[in-house]
Parts: sequence; structure tokens; C-alpha cells
Amino acid sequence: MIALLLAQTIAITGGTVYPVSGPKVADANVLIRDGRIVAVGTNVAIPSGATRIDAKGKWVTPGLIDGAGQLGLVEISVVPATREGSVQGDTIAAAFNVAEGINPASTLIPVTRIEGITTALAVPFGNLVSGQAVLIDLDGVTIEQMVVKSPVGIVADLSESGKDDAGGSRAEIAARLRQVFRDALEYERRKTDFGRAQMRPLAASAGDLEALLPVLHGRVSLIALANRRSDIETALRLAKEFRLKLILAGAAEGWEIAGAIAAAGVPVLVEPMDNIPGYDSLGIRYENAALLAKAGVTVALLETDTHQSRNLRQQAGNAVAYGMTWDQALRAVTLSPAEIFGVADRYGSLEPGKVANVVVWSGDPFEFTTGVEHVLIRGKEIPLKSRQTELFERYKKLPPTY
Amino acid sequence: MRTFIAALAALLVGCASAGRRTIAAPAPATPSAATAESTSTTRPQYPSTYVRHPNPPVVIRNATIMTATGQEIPNGSILLKDGRIVAVGTKVDAPADAVVVDGTGKYVTPGLIDDHSHLGVYAAPGTDAESDGNEATNPVTAEVWAEHSFWPQDPQIPLAIAGGITTIQALPGSANLIGGRSAILKLIPARTVQEMKFPGARSGLKMACGENPKRVYRMRGGPSTRMGNMAGYRAAFIQAELYRRKWDAWNKDHKGDPPERNLRSESLAEVLRGNMYVQNHCYRADEMAQMLDLAHEFGFKIRSFHHAVESYKIADLLAKEGTSVSVWADWWGFKEEAMDGIKQNAALNQQAGGRPIIHSDDPSGIQRLNQEAAKAMYAGQRSGIPITRDQALRWITVNPAWALGLDSIVGTLEPGKMADVVVWSGDPFSVYSKAAQVYNDGWLTYDRADPAHQPRTDFELGQMPAPGSDR
Repeated sequence: MIALLLAQTIAITGGTVYPVSGPKVADANVLIRDGRIVAVGTNVAIPSGATRIDAKGKWVTPGLIDGAGQLGLVEISVVPATREGSVQGDTIAAAFNVAEGINPASTLIPVTRIEGITTALAVPFGNLVSGQAVLIDLDGVTIEQMVVKSPVGIVADLSESGKDDAGGSRAEIAARLRQVFRDALEYERRKTDFGRAQMRPLAASAGDLEALLPVLHGRVSLIALANRRSDIETALRLAKEFRLKLILAGAAEGWEIAGAIAAAGVPVLVEPMDNIPGYDSLGIRYENAALLAKAGVTVALLETDTHQSRNLRQQAGNAVAYGMTWDQALRAVTLSPAEIFGVADRYGSLEPGKVANVVVWSGDPFEFTTGVEHVLIRGKEIPLKSRQTELFERYKKLPPTY
Repeated sequence: MRTFIAALAALLVGCASAGRRTIAAPAPATPSAATAESTSTTRPQYPSTYVRHPNPPVVIRNATIMTATGQEIPNGSILLKDGRIVAVGTKVDAPADAVVVDGTGKYVTPGLIDDHSHLGVYAAPGTDAESDGNEATNPVTAEVWAEHSFWPQDPQIPLAIAGGITTIQALPGSANLIGGRSAILKLIPARTVQEMKFPGARSGLKMACGENPKRVYRMRGGPSTRMGNMAGYRAAFIQAELYRRKWDAWNKDHKGDPPERNLRSESLAEVLRGNMYVQNHCYRADEMAQMLDLAHEFGFKIRSFHHAVESYKIADLLAKEGTSVSVWADWWGFKEEAMDGIKQNAALNQQAGGRPIIHSDDPSGIQRLNQEAAKAMYAGQRSGIPITRDQALRWITVNPAWALGLDSIVGTLEPGKMADVVVWSGDPFSVYSKAAQVYNDGWLTYDRADPAHQPRTDFELGQMPAPGSDR
């Protein structure tokens, strides 16, 4: 049966296709086989056995990727029993990988994917080093089926909230991270001594130091939460010192030093609709994403509220309203996050060989009066149902039948 | 109750424009106020000092005008003069001194009204110093007034103005069963909250159901259960009934000493007299039904259930009661009582003949009430509920005005109404549109094209970048 499912061929026909990797193509077909995109264009022959999805008058885009939140890791925000995104008692939780906390049966997953989000980063939070973020597709019965890449990066908190785990000063955040990074490298050089207990106490557990080594060797990204300009600069400084592959997250005041961020080649994850000032980000403003993009920074847009991950569309639309081009914004929720998370060889655009995460929209995906017509994840059409659609069906006529 | 009379009289002196407007009837009149001994009950109580900002007339021409009365007028014009809407239509004459605004390609709506805001009481930058929204020291604090917490220099205020908001209800939080009185404010730059108080508006009473009060007081003497919540409201209103009887009796002839004032019961007695609207934070359908029973027991109306994420389950019941619902477009899941939120909530209430309102409860969401209404409108349409654009506009204009008792004064574009008007760069239900101009009582409080009309709070000076600046 599984083999049969895999062999399915689907043709999305006649839509306006936004491949993201290139300009839009009118009246085009997208051919999908065995979960992968086989062909995209106006001259794509459709095999006779293919399942057809008529997209005439519709817009076809890659599935959107939300680079934030805890999809699969939280059910009800205030109920600790349903939260898996953070560990206690380990301020350097580098070895904490969230993958096995993911609940493939979470009700949030259908709620999110039926609005066009097909892939999300499940991000640990809390602590100075929060743990390892994992990229997941929003379909699958098992964790293994969902995981796209693990880990994508290790999260460190260089913002105001990180101070709690660093004695109460930003200066100590940087100092502690340096100490941890140095100790990880020393641990790597002297594992034998460590095993014989012939080393001074290290700044974190062996497991956490071990987990940081791929970061220190540039194979895994450091995802640094930083909002204040000086904190962003500290993150850039640390990245330079240790030759880290850095991703900035938040970066509320990033627009002030967009040129420096661009020059460092560091990508940024931004939540466009966030403009509420706090002492961590008095310079926060709606134009951040646009100004960063204009300076040449690779930008991915976020919706950080896990239950509202579906509003990534609204985030992107507002980024356009405040200066991004529409094409930049679409890229910032598809191909750019795929690049930033190191999966652009498989995700983020409609190109032959890529994983068939595809959405058919009734119109412009960023507009409120646009609906999702079809969602495909790994070439499988997803029923447009969720716990919320079931509630609606039950109560659309009163009294309900139970 | 004479306190209201006195306050109203002071207000009429202070605000010329308010006197001409229909103002909801105040508390029952008391005789011989002039001869009564002057006490705290007879002097003016916390009056509004709002004064309309003087402005030349403004005519907006060639725009699409969405009136929130069922009309969407292409190539329409609207004339604002002396704080009033004078004319709306395709042919509008304007005085020679009128400022002419070219509305080509633009849309005009009533000023948006958010009936659930914590601006000013939970101000930015959001430290403990600005946390003034929950007097979480007792489950019943009907005696506190949100206006006494409100900080007019909250830097979130200009952001909300730039989103087209002209009136808010600033509410106490939901930690308490009865959280206190709300403040109904014109959203304008001001030095004092008194200058913002909507002339003639009567504050509401914040009540809260469910998880929040029982979580806050579980380890502090209760309530710790939903049944404890109910007992708490009932005990408070039983006291208030007695208090009201004593005062109403004394007010008849002023014989002997007046009864001792009790601020807690004073607020609740105003609810019992029908002079103060109950604004009830309540998520679950079954709990809203309980609260309706409570209201029946004590003979008051609940004006609006706020958040009301399950109101679609009892939309028929709520429509019959005449209780509005102030809801989000799509919030859900942050706590158990919010698990059943669906995007068709507002639409289903509309379908049932109810009065939906889209509220924000959020300094970010208040900047985009139009977008939230658009989402909720389309969720209904997509599900086969024929919500009109006008209905969706009413969710953020005249319906919240009704919840505050101000629908005869604001909320639609009709001659005689207060000139609270937003000019949008395009269709307000498009994600790409923004408020281009905001008029509050005829005063241009925001102009996206003119930094001179982009108010900044004291807080922002020297620490936040000016709009459009490179810092």
C-alpha cells in the first residue's frame, strides 16, 4: 500500500505558477511524481494516469515555511503538560534536540497546514543556549516522517531574556558563550583527559559541549536571538571570533546596521508585524524586513506565535505594505528560509527534483480574501480539515447534533 | 445618583460640542442638589476635560466611501466641519475655506473603535512600572477605575492612531472576577487622561469568567473553582443591591445623614441601575450561559461578552439576549478555554442575528483591526456565510460603538455624527492598505504623508527613531 501511494502522479494544471526560483509562469502545469516535482512549465506533458488538479485562475506557489514557533511541541500554551520546547536546569542546553518532543498528532498541525504553511522550524526556547532546532514538514504519522533536517541550528539567546541565565548582564552573556565555546574546543582536544577526570571543571556538561562542536566547526548554524543593535553586533562579533555560521533571529534593530549584517553575509529571521517597543528593542519598526532586504541581507519572515503560524501570510503581506517587494516577500517565506536552514536543494521553490510541497491559492496568497484550494506535502494532497473545521461543521446550524 | 449629574454638568461647560450630541441618559436625577450639603457625592467626579481641537473644514473628494450604514459610495465625497460630519454622497458642497483632500484611489471609513484595549494601563516598554492593569489584590475590585492607571504617554498610542483607531475602551485586566471600571477615550495625543475622556461616555464594568481569576486566587483564598467564581459575583451584587436601596432611598428626600460611600458597591449599583455596561471577559459557551443567569438574577444586562471564543456555539442564545460579542478573528489555543476558537466565530454570530465586534486586546492587533475584520469576514464567506463588506466594517465601527453606548455619536459616516474618519490608501480589507489620514472629531491626528501630523509621545523622544528616520 505504501508503495502504491508513493507511485502517485499528480498534475496541477493551468495555474499561474510562482516557482520563486524564477519568474511567474502563466497557464503552467506542475507535474509531481513520487513526492517530488518532476516538471514545471507551459509545455509539460501530463501522463494519462495522473491525478489532475485544475488550477485555472489560481495561483500556485511552494508551500510556505515558517522559521519560528514550536509546532508539534506545544498544544495549549499555558498547560505545561503539553509543552516540550524547553528544558529546565541546564542553562547551556546545547544537546537538547526537540525532535523527540514532537507530537505528530498535534491539532495545531492540520490547523496550520490547511492555510498553506507546509514546513516549519520547531525551535527550542529558554536558557542561554536553548537547544537544537529541527525543521519539519507538517504531515506524517511518526516523528521520522516529519523531520526534514535535524538539527538545523543551535539556539542561543543574546537578547534581554538571556540575561537571566547569565547573572543579569548582557556582558556576561557574551562572556559565558565565549567560555562555553572555548571549553567545547578544549574538550574536543582533550577528550581522553576529560574521561580520566584530568581536566578542570568545564563550563557545560560534556554532552552539551559535544553538541556545540558542529556549530564551532561551521557545520551547524548558531541561531542567535538578538534585538538590540548592540546585541546584534555582539552576535556578529562572536561569529567572527569563532567562525560560526550565524543566523540572526528577531533582529528588531537590525535595520540600523543592515549594511554590516549584509557585509557579514549573515541571514536574518524577522517578524514583520512586531513593532511594540521595549527596552530590548526601542528601535523596532515595521520597515525592518524591507530595509534589511534592500541592503542585501537574506531575510526570512516569521510568525512566532505557534498557534497562529498560519498568519505567516499576513506577516508577508504587511512586509510588502511596509516596503518589501512582493517577490521579495514570497521568497522570504519559501526559498530564503530553505536556504537559511540549509535545505534549498530540496525545498523552497517549484523546480524539478524538489520535494513537492505545493499550495494552490484562489488568488494572491498574502491577501485576506484568498483561500487555500489545495495543499500538497511531499506530493500527497492534504485534506482541508482540522479540529476547527469539525467544530464549524458541528455548530454552523444551531442547535448542534452531538 | 448625583455624582453623574455633577460630572455631566461640568463636562457640558468644558466641551461645547458635547452638549449638542445625544448623550445617553444619566443616573436618576436627585432633587435639590443646590441646597444639599456639599460632599464628595455632590462635587464633580473626575470629569472629562476633552476639548475639540479647532480645525478648518475638510472635504475628501473622489474616494470610495464606506459608511457602515450599508452603503459603499464610489467617487464619493465627505465634508467634515466643526467636528461633525456634515454631508456624505456623490455631490457634496464645501465651504470656500475647506481643506480639499484628493481621495482618488482611496477609501474612507468611520474611525475604528476598539472596545477591548489595555493601552495606557499596560503601556510599553512593558516593565513592572507600566503594569497597571490588574489590581490583583482582591477578586472583586469594582472600586478601581482604569482611567486612574492610564498613561497618556504610552508609545503604543501613536501606533494605534496610525492604524485608524479613534476611540478605545481601556479596560482593567482579567485577573479579578470584577476588575473595575473601564475608561472610554478619544485616542488623541494628550497630557492627561481627562483630556482624552470621551465626552458623555459612561465607563463600563470589567468582569471576568473562567480560568484567570481562579488561577490568580487559587492559592490566595479563592476563588479556586468556577463555582467559586459564580459565588463571588453573586456575593458582590447582593451587597450592591443593599447599597443601591439605601442610596436610592436617601436620594429621594436627603433626610438625615447620607449612607456611607463604598466605592466597590457604588460601581456595582450603577450596573444595577442600568447606568454602567458590563463588559464581560468570558471564553466558554457554557460559562456565558451561566453569566446570563447571573445577570437575570440581579436584573442587569451584559452588554458584551469579550473574547467569547465559543460564542458561535450559543449564537442564537446571545442574539436573543441582545448581548454583543467582542471577539478575535482567529486567536485560539493559548489556554484551555480558548481551545475551541474558530475563524467563523464573528460570521456565525452575524448569521444568528447577533452583534459581532472584532476587538484587539493587544497593542499589536489594535494597529490592524481592519485586517482582523477582513480575515473574519472572509472566513465566513469562504464557509458559505454571506457576510457583506458593510457588516464586516460594522464589526470594527458602529458595533463596538454600540457596546460602549456611543452608537448615536460615532461609528458610521452620517451627517451629524462626530467627525471620526479614516482615509485609507486603498481597500481597508486589503493587507496592502494603510491608514493615510485619521481625523478624530475633525482633527487630523495622523497623516502618513506629513511628519507634522505623526504624533510622538514623550517616551519616544531621544530613544526611539522618528518615523522614516535612519536613526
